[in-house]
Amino acid sequence: MTVYYSKDHEWISVEGDVATVGITSYAQEQLGDVVYVELPDAGKTVAQGDEAAVVESVKAASEVYAPLDGEIVEANEALADAPAQVNEDPEGAAWFVKIKLSNTDQLSELMDEAAYKAFVETL
Amino acid sequence: MSMNHQGRPTSAGELTPSMLPKTFTGNRALDMEEPLIFEVGSFETVGVDLDVPEDVELELGKHARSKPVDLPGLAEPEAMRHYVRLSRNNYAIDSGLYPLGSCTMKHNPRLNEKMARLPGFGDIHPLQPLSTVPGAIELIDELAHWLMTMTGTSAVAMSPKAGAHGELCGMMAIKAAHKAAGRDPKIVLVPESAHGTNPATAALLGYKVVSIDAKEDGTVDFDALKDTIAAHEGNIAGIMLTNPNTCGLFERDIMEIAEAIHAADAYFYCDGANFNAIVGKARPGDLGVDAMHINLHKTFSTPHGGGGPGSGPVVLSDRLAAFAPLPFIRKGKDGIELIETEAQTQDNEQPFGRMTAFHGQMGMYVRALSYMMSHGSDGLKQASEDAVLNANYVRVGLQDLMSLPFGERPCMHEVLFDDSFLKDTGVTTLDFAKAMIDEGYHPMTMYFPLVVHGAMLIEPTESESRASLDLFTATMRDLVMSAQRGDVERFAGAPYLSPRRRLNETLAARKPVLKWTAPDPASVSPASS
Repeated sequence: MTVYYSKDHEWISVEGDVATVGITSYAQEQLGDVVYVELPDAGKTVAQGDEAAVVESVKAASEVYAPLDGEIVEANEALADAPAQVNEDPEGAAWFVKIKLSNTDQLSELMDEAAYKAFVETL
Repeated sequence: MSMNHQGRPTSAGELTPSMLPKTFTGNRALDMEEPLIFEVGSFETVGVDLDVPEDVELELGKHARSKPVDLPGLAEPEAMRHYVRLSRNNYAIDSGLYPLGSCTMKHNPRLNEKMARLPGFGDIHPLQPLSTVPGAIELIDELAHWLMTMTGTSAVAMSPKAGAHGELCGMMAIKAAHKAAGRDPKIVLVPESAHGTNPATAALLGYKVVSIDAKEDGTVDFDALKDTIAAHEGNIAGIMLTNPNTCGLFERDIMEIAEAIHAADAYFYCDGANFNAIVGKARPGDLGVDAMHINLHKTFSTPHGGGGPGSGPVVLSDRLAAFAPLPFIRKGKDGIELIETEAQTQDNEQPFGRMTAFHGQMGMYVRALSYMMSHGSDGLKQASEDAVLNANYVRVGLQDLMSLPFGERPCMHEVLFDDSFLKDTGVTTLDFAKAMIDEGYHPMTMYFPLVVHGAMLIEPTESESRASLDLFTATMRDLVMSAQRGDVERFAGAPYLSPRRRLNETLAARKPVLKWTAPDPASVSPASS
């Protein structure tokens, strides 16, 4: 299992050809208290950069973009009822979607943890 | 001397704030703990003495009401007290400085109110025969004339009801113009400092919004704009730009922007929200603007913000004038004509449709024209100058302690600070704003525009005297120094002294209570169930 990060503040944990995607701790901190999460239906095909989910906090509504091409195989329905999980455990229990990747080459465009940390430092 | 034999003391005893008494009523002297009107009144009573109607045969059939409407019955003094008590908790421009940036909370002259209440304006109905309201129609036409003169434009759609409605009107005119020319461009450009309603308006009309970055100095990056226009050649419908922008800065490249947009067969929509800074100084039509809404309720002092409806007439350039929506006024050899239907239009008139059922906000028209005529063109110009002067007075009074994101350059009618002066104090922009409430001020606009961190946007308007601005800046300086000294307590729990303390926004969003429900349905009597 390898964890990657995107410039849109998503973490992508890859096992085989399935990527679990969520938002980073930095992202949830910036958003503030999350009050609503809208998730896609399983089976939906997404391309890199497509809107995959919507997360709404007291401060702002933001899109969560698909970091990679693929098919949504599962969405974390528990978040719909407990959006606060995104603040409590953003990089664990509060994953958003699982995507079956159609182009694993795209992983090379993402950052590792050290690179993401350095990226956040620049913000 | 023989005075005060009754034992009545003439000075107050010592009392610390922690010893403030808890009152039986929950009231704190004039600060009333007022329940909702449904809790004050009873559904069983009526407050007025009405005769019991004679037996009448209902003709409503199955549409007759089966349950009472459950309106609270209150006598006039009870109703009066309820609303007067509530109004005491309201902060208003009539009670203090209202520095809410981007909202232009200026004084509403009482002369305007007097004019709006004249029976010929106040007591008319939109369905009255035209022959009975020529004065009202003439007033609308006169106001339109002032608006066109001030903006250097050739037509104005009077009916839009507020800013965002005006934006929609202007963009619909732009869409209609493209359609008439056989074009169907898909993209609207919006700078990143825009009001949120700009991209929303474009999206509502089916356009794709492409954002234009700002430069280091807070204004539109003209090079980035040219690149974007080139990248989407032939597919750009227009740009929506606010000038002065939401950072309180004048977009100096505005004429080059207009030229580039026009060269791309696109139109220039200007968000007129900040027109108060430039009335009498610059005419948007001369700057290349094709359409701009004018918030009568901001620039021309009609009450707003819970105090009255808005009104957002849209001025249109020659290129868009033909597409102005119905209804409009045409001046011809027979005098003033009100054009209400497509059938009445002439060849050069191609209205894109209609935005409102009637003619717009008549009361606002009267107030705005009253404001204009009482100020005169010189007075309007001076109001703009004073608005800009006041904002710069506040800027200079605070810039050594607070932080200007774009350097110490003059601003227009509002001044924008970011939160870097609060760095490492443990105090946020939100906390700072809440502490202002304890000091008796309505907070400034915060966290907008989004282009700077922890934004504080202050618009004092021209209405404030120098003494009022001095007290405001002194208060702000005291707050800043307090935060920088480490007095976090003053901010963390603020407001401490308002009728309600800081609201739990998270709980309000996660578990919203949107409707009052009677505490115990069983207590409602059989008559009303």
